[in-house]
Amino acid sequence: MSDVVEKTLSALPSLLSLDSQAGAGKLSPSSKLGNLIKGITELTSKHEEERLIKKELESIKEQVASPNTTMRQMKEIMVRAIYCEMLGYQASFSYIHAIKLAQQGSVLEKRVGYLAVSLFLNETDEFLLLLVNTVLKDLQSTNLIEVCMALTVVSQMFPKDMIPAILPVVEEKLTHPKEIIRRKAVLALYKFYLIAPNQVQHIHSKFRKALCDKDPGVMTASLHIYLQLIKENPESYKDLTGSMVTILRQVVGGKLPLDFNYHSVPAPWLQIQLLRILAYLGKEDQGTSEMMYDVLEESLRRAEMNHNITYAILFECVKTIYTVHPKSQLLEKAAECIGNFVLSPKINLKYLGLKALTYVVQQDANLALPHQMTIIECLDHSDVIIKRETLELLFRITNAQNVTVIVEKMLEFLRLTCDDYSTIDLVGKVAELTMNSVFSLGGDVMQPDIPNNFLRLLAEGVDNVEDRQLRLFAVDSYVSLLQGETAKLPQRFLQVISWVLGEYSYLREEESDPGSVMRLLARLLDQRHTSTETRSWVLGAMTKLCSSPVSVALARDVCERYFWLWCSFIPQVDSSLSFLDGYVSEALAAGAAPYKSPHQRQEDLVQEKALSLEPYGLSLPVSLSSCSITDRRSPTLLSMSSVSQCYFSSTTLKLEGVKRVWGKDGYLAQQQSAGETPTPLVELPSPLLSPQSPPSQTQKPSSGLEPDQEKRQLASSLFVGLGSHNSVCLVRFPSTVWLFIKHCQSANQSNVVKALFKPLRTLDHTTSNGNPHVEGTEQRVEAGGPLSLIRGNGMVAVVPPTHTQTDPQTQQDLHPAPALERPRDLPLTSHLPAELSGLARSEFTPLCSDQDSSLALSACRVYKEDALVLLVFISNNNDSALHQMALQLTCKELEVYIFQTGLNNKVPLFFSEIPVGRSRNQDRNTRGSSNRDLEKPRIFCENFRNSCMPLTVSTGDYGKMWLSFSHDLKQNLQLVTTEHQEPLTATLDALKGKLHLHVVDIIGSEGIVACRLLQGPGQGQPCLLHCRVHADSLAVWLRSPVPELPDSLLYHCQKALTET
Amino acid sequence: MIKFLLMVNKQGQTRLSKYYEQVDIEKRPSLETDVVKRCLSRKKEECSFVEYKDFRLVYRQYAALFIVVGISDTENELSIYELVHNFVEVLDKYFSRVKSKLFFLSSQSELDIMFNLDKVHIIIDEIIQNGHIVETNKNRILAPLLALDKMAEAH
Repeated sequence: MSDVVEKTLSALPSLLSLDSQAGAGKLSPSSKLGNLIKGITELTSKHEEERLIKKELESIKEQVASPNTTMRQMKEIMVRAIYCEMLGYQASFSYIHAIKLAQQGSVLEKRVGYLAVSLFLNETDEFLLLLVNTVLKDLQSTNLIEVCMALTVVSQMFPKDMIPAILPVVEEKLTHPKEIIRRKAVLALYKFYLIAPNQVQHIHSKFRKALCDKDPGVMTASLHIYLQLIKENPESYKDLTGSMVTILRQVVGGKLPLDFNYHSVPAPWLQIQLLRILAYLGKEDQGTSEMMYDVLEESLRRAEMNHNITYAILFECVKTIYTVHPKSQLLEKAAECIGNFVLSPKINLKYLGLKALTYVVQQDANLALPHQMTIIECLDHSDVIIKRETLELLFRITNAQNVTVIVEKMLEFLRLTCDDYSTIDLVGKVAELTMNSVFSLGGDVMQPDIPNNFLRLLAEGVDNVEDRQLRLFAVDSYVSLLQGETAKLPQRFLQVISWVLGEYSYLREEESDPGSVMRLLARLLDQRHTSTETRSWVLGAMTKLCSSPVSVALARDVCERYFWLWCSFIPQVDSSLSFLDGYVSEALAAGAAPYKSPHQRQEDLVQEKALSLEPYGLSLPVSLSSCSITDRRSPTLLSMSSVSQCYFSSTTLKLEGVKRVWGKDGYLAQQQSAGETPTPLVELPSPLLSPQSPPSQTQKPSSGLEPDQEKRQLASSLFVGLGSHNSVCLVRFPSTVWLFIKHCQSANQSNVVKALFKPLRTLDHTTSNGNPHVEGTEQRVEAGGPLSLIRGNGMVAVVPPTHTQTDPQTQQDLHPAPALERPRDLPLTSHLPAELSGLARSEFTPLCSDQDSSLALSACRVYKEDALVLLVFISNNNDSALHQMALQLTCKELEVYIFQTGLNNKVPLFFSEIPVGRSRNQDRNTRGSSNRDLEKPRIFCENFRNSCMPLTVSTGDYGKMWLSFSHDLKQNLQLVTTEHQEPLTATLDALKGKLHLHVVDIIGSEGIVACRLLQGPGQGQPCLLHCRVHADSLAVWLRSPVPELPDSLLYHCQKALTET
Repeated sequence: MIKFLLMVNKQGQTRLSKYYEQVDIEKRPSLETDVVKRCLSRKKEECSFVEYKDFRLVYRQYAALFIVVGISDTENELSIYELVHNFVEVLDKYFSRVKSKLFFLSSQSELDIMFNLDKVHIIIDEIIQNGHIVETNKNRILAPLLALDKMAEAH
């Protein structure tokens, strides 16, 4: 019991005897209600409460049954019954007496009777019928108070079939001289409209009259009806726009009586109501919207007082402005307003700002940009609600490029609050939705971490109700997905679906026939577009589901048809076919098979495990292998002390990871609109700045910058895809580049190589000496040696195969002919486009040329973050300037080709950017024999150097990735020693140069490096290296989600270091 | 839309409850316990809005009493937050007529509400109906109750 109450209770007798206390009413200390209240305040346990209330109910029962009970006592009894019901104990025997009290009591008793009725009964209760006559009588009473209370109870609850009985009387009240009666009549009609709209259709004109009532209260009451009507059918009420605008203008202008003010703000809730109505009216209607621009602007302007209620109005106003047809000037002001909210130190306003932002970004995602840093801060806010609201906001701006980070943040949040019903439910759904949209959009090119995380999320939970609900939700949504068209769903998503269904279908078994999931899976199996890998997941799931006879029959059928598939995929799991025997026998056993040997049963178990664990092996390396934490410790964690040292005292920041913050897809520096508050990038309080960094002053800025940088980086990853580079494209991971160059005019080649890319069909140019046409250019071009720009997995860049036959030199090896290697003083580097100049690139390779040729062709590869750019240079070897050059570039299947010509007297330059395309090679067999070795699927070995891309991650992300990867490898490598560099730095630099790795960080004697694969089977997959100098060798530890990747990377590291 | 209004003390005991959406009587106590737990666990510097299942809670503390309002997602939280204050000001106006200090800062507010449960309900009925705000003008909210009091005195 609260101290306060205790103290007051001791003074209770005196308090209760205070008859003069008008508000407190007249209670005798010995009154039954007084005793009950005293009893309630003294309660210490649920048990006591139960005893007290049971006793009370008994006493009430006794009293109401007594014929001697007066209405005055009945009133008190009803309040006691209200208490019992409030504490959760039904007092149904008193309902009838409540009605009786309403019928027979004098005013205050009557009112309590009505009150008890409205608290005890619900709208469908038949008891209400008993009230109709009383209500009718009271409506016709000459006592205004009685009319009033009758109207009040009618607008709270009334049996809808009995509306006609009182409707005429209520209608009549619309013209009553007293405003309170008119107002309550309008509210009663509103109730009728809610429960039986047809009954009040004929009095719509009377609603209009109420809207124009001279009393603001009556007008306000009618707005409830209009909000409802307009919400349901805005078209029919457009003519009211003018009236609504006028009313709002009058309210805002302070035309209402002063007692409508709340803290000097005129009728704020009325303003909010009107703004909502205007939003419905102006939505998607320019003409109507234009009528309200002025008043909206005035509302914004007037609501400048520093009080919560003005902010509530502003919030509504902003919502309306963003709902109606846009007017840029208003939008700007509204955005500014949101900015003030978001930046406010008042937590409630910040919340409202985030909510407003969440609303408006659905209209224009770019509005989030000015607040990037605030949003990032809110994401780490100590208040869960703020965090949650921020996630909601992020959810709205999720696009394919930032989905990874956002989902990660959501999962993070989810893990923190795993005991929280609503949060897990909400975020689970949010994550789920995101997963579905992402999976179905970009599933195939997505990093496997995302589905892994998701599956882990599903699998990890304890078996409580919430997890069960989340799983059931997943199962249900996936079943409905499978029931639809599955052809468009990415394979990886189908795999996730299979796993989830296999694991958790049992949750929905009661409500559907057990075979339905099985049949869906079987259908999936039969579909042509389903890949073999997916089929194996599906089969795994089906195995898990073989528990009912229906399923077994289906499984047997599937067994027969997919024997071949099992044969083809079993070798990866189990070299003997015993697994299949086990499965078939299991199916038989569950169905009708009479006998199964213990041996078989044993085997069964093992095999089933082997099958079902195969997906686990891929998807849930951490959660299901119950390995100890120590063996998964990240090296970055182990060296945490050195990391923090670096954070706080190092003056040399490793900025590689941060660089792209300012890049094309990175942190988006927004254009500041005039008058807008500057984003607090610099003012940001730096949490790490404070006491931890005592050293010299010069070190301070750097340590202060670090968290800021991290935030910006987070911002860059969260807000990527917004702004001017907005695109709906999928997460762009490098995929294979297929590029063929063919010279069309040599007909004999066209049957050899599919013509995809024809850089030079005719090359006409006029030289200064007036020669109109230079013959033979094409020949010279053709005469060039082949260059494998990007090789691997059957991919050829520039290969004129006929020449490989005619030119023995090129057949011998794939290197350019010696003649072409003739040193040229082509200052090609200087002609690199600025945006490409800083990036890793291969050397310039001449494609074709001749000593006396006037034109030369050379190329190089540039590794961009998300694409491989192929640059083709055409240079003029002559002294004479080229005046004109006709170029025709044909490119059928490459998705993008941009070319620019830089015509310069000396060196005409042409380059072609080829972002990663996803075209397929249809024609493997037609390739020249010299390329055979390239077709081998040994991409990890053969083409590693070409397919390795730097992976830019932060140290933190690196740590997370490290923990989630399952395949690792350790080895010692030799160190590179140079004179002016530390051995570690030198070695890593050498590796970086040769293999396009990204050095994430170097801390003391340790370095962390990351890369990912551009093409091939492990496409897009990362591989992480952790290096530590140990004596005079380098201990490297590699990790990747792909088994072969560490191995081949290690091999190439060794090779690269040996070459050095 | 407003779904319910609760008045609870610091110990989480319900002192008044009003529902605008049908909730079974048996389920109310556990819902209230849940709601109160959620609001009481909030720190002062945290915002006054909490998510709860598919709706939101707006809460405000006055001395030993909490007023919690459950609202739908589309409602304007801050306007409800101020509505609570308006309600409290009305109670203040009604109960402190014969008292010198503000009612709601007095230690008796909890008991006053308990002893006048019916009247507080009558006040709420004037402010909120069917989950909508129907009156915010303090004089008009109190008018019917004052008239009732007057008539009861005359009796």
